[in-house]
Amino acid sequence: MSEAAAGNGAAPGGLEAVIGLEIHVQLATATKMFCSCALSFGEPPNTHTCPVCLGLPGSLPVANARAVHFGLMIGLALGSELAPRSIFHRKNYFYPDLPKGYQISQYDEPLCLGGALGEVRIHRVHLEEDAAKLIHVGASGRIHGSDASLVDFNRGGTPLAEIVTEPDLRTPEQAGEWLRLLRTTLRALGVSDVNMEEGSLRCDANISLRPAGSGQLGVKTELKNMNSFRFIERGIKAEIARQAKVIETGGTVVQETLHFDPDSGAITSLRSKEEAHDYRYFPEPDLLPVTIEPAMLEQARAAMPELPAQRAQRLTAELGLSEDSARALAFRGELAPYFEAALAAGADPAPEPQALANWVTVELLPRLQDGEDPGGSRVAPAALAELVGLVGAKRVSVGAARQVLDRLVSDGGDAGAIVEQEGLGAIGGGEELEAVVAAAIAANADAAERVRQGNAKAIGPIVGQVMRETKGRADGTEVASLINAQLGV
Amino acid sequence: MSAGLLELGAAAARAEIDAGRLSAAELFDFYRDRAAADRDADGSGLGCFTWVAAEAPAGARDGSPPLAGVPLAVKDLFCTRGVPSQSGSRILEGYLPPYTATVVSRLAEAGAPLFAKTNQDEFAMGSSTENSGFGPSRNPWDRDRVPGGSSGGSAAAVAAGLAPWALGTDTGGSIRQPAALCGIVGMKPTYGSVSRYGMIAFASSLDQAGPLTRDVGDAALLLLHMVGRDPCDATSLEFPGSLATPTAERLDGVRLGVPGELSGEGIEAGVLDAFNAALEQARGLGAEITGVTLPHAPHALAAYYVIAPAEASSNLARFDGVRYGMRHIDDARPEDLVAMYTRTRHDGFGPEVKRRVMLGTYALSSGYYDAYYGRAQQVRTKIAEDFRAAFEEVDLIVTPTAPTVAFELGEKTGDPLAMYLNDYCTVPMSLAGIPAISIPCGLSEGLPVGIQIAGPAFSDARVLDAAHALEGALGFDGSAALV
Ligand SMILES: [Zn+2]
Repeated sequence: MSEAAAGNGAAPGGLEAVIGLEIHVQLATATKMFCSCALSFGEPPNTHTCPVCLGLPGSLPVANARAVHFGLMIGLALGSELAPRSIFHRKNYFYPDLPKGYQISQYDEPLCLGGALGEVRIHRVHLEEDAAKLIHVGASGRIHGSDASLVDFNRGGTPLAEIVTEPDLRTPEQAGEWLRLLRTTLRALGVSDVNMEEGSLRCDANISLRPAGSGQLGVKTELKNMNSFRFIERGIKAEIARQAKVIETGGTVVQETLHFDPDSGAITSLRSKEEAHDYRYFPEPDLLPVTIEPAMLEQARAAMPELPAQRAQRLTAELGLSEDSARALAFRGELAPYFEAALAAGADPAPEPQALANWVTVELLPRLQDGEDPGGSRVAPAALAELVGLVGAKRVSVGAARQVLDRLVSDGGDAGAIVEQEGLGAIGGGEELEAVVAAAIAANADAAERVRQGNAKAIGPIVGQVMRETKGRADGTEVASLINAQLGV
Repeated sequence: MSAGLLELGAAAARAEIDAGRLSAAELFDFYRDRAAADRDADGSGLGCFTWVAAEAPAGARDGSPPLAGVPLAVKDLFCTRGVPSQSGSRILEGYLPPYTATVVSRLAEAGAPLFAKTNQDEFAMGSSTENSGFGPSRNPWDRDRVPGGSSGGSAAAVAAGLAPWALGTDTGGSIRQPAALCGIVGMKPTYGSVSRYGMIAFASSLDQAGPLTRDVGDAALLLLHMVGRDPCDATSLEFPGSLATPTAERLDGVRLGVPGELSGEGIEAGVLDAFNAALEQARGLGAEITGVTLPHAPHALAAYYVIAPAEASSNLARFDGVRYGMRHIDDARPEDLVAMYTRTRHDGFGPEVKRRVMLGTYALSSGYYDAYYGRAQQVRTKIAEDFRAAFEEVDLIVTPTAPTVAFELGEKTGDPLAMYLNDYCTVPMSLAGIPAISIPCGLSEGLPVGIQIAGPAFSDARVLDAAHALEGALGFDGSAALV
């Protein structure tokens, strides 16, 4: 099934999609999950390894206390129940990226159970170790058909938190938005770099369809390892369309694990239920159960920062922002820090908070490249604050301010200076504007006559000429009232 | 001096070195040469060793460390940096680890340098050392018989005077049973008291390193320098209390419990006779002998042969041909990863290892887990409770160590269940994680018999004390085994 045929995200034909996510988060600890190797960030292959993370004979794992601490912080942020005692299991399967022949993970007694983020309930959060990285030499890029496969164990043993949601999501867009909120939350916690492109945040989706409004769950498929927000939304969209077509043509959806190829938009099967592994889980005898001492819990609580949901509430309560604006800022990446930095920049005249919020979300964001962080753009928070302050003081018209913002996005700089250089300061109330208005009335005698006779809409061409003459520096409302005054209506 | 060196136990040799009457170098060379001669004997030797040092390790003779330079033989499965560590398996033939097991490092620092690696059953799976990928070891009391196993190379070497002392590992009896069959002392300390880091794992929840020595004093001396928490082993503990060289000569007021389940049916008559004679000696030293019951002990072997293979099936998954050891490509399917795994493990593992990997894989499989692994863990808990209850009544528990004396090479290789019965008396203590020692208590048909003394967790010092007192009264003479 091609992506093009998938249409929009809503399931067609009276069907409703039920989506749950499984998110793997690489934890930003100093060392790996079960050994003292430093985490690796692009170092030469196999330079961050030791007998433990290479699975050498005789080596033993020791759990990383910092990873447990981060796991507890995640649990606290999600409102999970923190298990006083949780245990590590071995998940057994053979693969070259798994040096011991098993992954140490958690199974039926995870670190955190339940909870919610926004409207989505959390099923569980557990700790585990990451696999090594396989590099397939040759054209195929997959293990089958490659000339050779190399293993880089630098990533092997990196601590992961796996967060599993309940199937509470209904559309691809909702899934994407929720994942952004989760990422912002994790970033605020400081437990991960949460960079999807670099693999520190990875997402699988479980997808099924059912008649809209039905309480039952259909057969689900699992879509593996989508590595950007865009791919996740596109992948889920494509899978919903694929399942809908299966159902509409009288077929049944088969439980299987799928791969979404973002280049072709194609969905291919990795394995079916019949081929599913029997992981032979059993309690890891080399590790003791993780028992949460009161001191560890205290430490995790003390380390909790302000979370996005709390920040949104604060922005509404303290600054009077609308709830939508507050959430738009707080739930998305670096918008809130950027907004707060702008507010604190000491611009004179000071911007009004709601206006500043609007300028960040409605004007600045669409001018940036998709997903770009405003903090990384050329628009300094202070420059935007000054611009919005000037607009608020009616010293720059909205139209002119948009031109200034375009300049700030492309070249950076100081808002006031650009206004000065380009002569974009508002002209209002003075003789200059009166004269421009008079000239425009004279040049549009027909329109002026119709306005006088009560046709208010006829004012358009006159206003248009004034704006052209002033290069947008005049305030539209003021221009209209000046025209009306001069025409005596 | 060297004519008398053989008669010196490890502690006695240490005393000679400390007194300046013997040099550590002389002792090292003496044993190194004896071990090398056995190794070079090629079929006519005891087959104790898989590697013998060419020379003493640098620094081994400096200073006056607590163990004074008395050389140590180490079971093959301990990782020793740059020295072959193969766990008796062809799949690890020639494998040179980049690191050394914690316990071997500790003993080297304490002054017991590595001079040889000893033969064993493959991955410690066996009771005769016949499952070694590098040929069997032989019993110095009778070379047509097995030395026991899996630490058979260590036991035979100490009994024959080819090593002053040795390290072994015990999962279900792998130190105690070969010690009994070779007429020496072997001890499995409390689980968690000695680091497992660097021991090539068989069954993680059971494996424990321990000493094989000529007498109880040597065992205590070696153990003293082995115990202690290791930050690299999460299951290791700081040893509570203190271990010292035992001095007890009496057993006045010590209550010894004899479990009916482990001292009657299934035990060879000659073994029982020697065992009962030893109990009489104990009584003569002032011990109270009473019967105790361990109602679940008869189920221990069944539980053990689920739990140990289950853990082993997972522990041995890393031998896949990808990173180290043997890699055999399937000629018919040279590009097939699974074919490489299959070929490598087919060619690299011996039949007993394959049997246990399959047993363990089955026991952990979805749909069977509860009936096998889950049930076996319940039995394990019951057995530990049995011991706790028994230790309310008595101070120590005594049993024969093995149901038979050393059997002939090849006698049981075709009958795995008969082989498994060797562990009948030792497995319950392994499942309970408690300390147990075997000391020689006499001969039956000219072959040594061992008595096992077990105590509550971390009562290792008490166990050693009682063993020391009984050893003195028994006066066992093992010199017939010296070569
Ligand atoms: Zn490592």
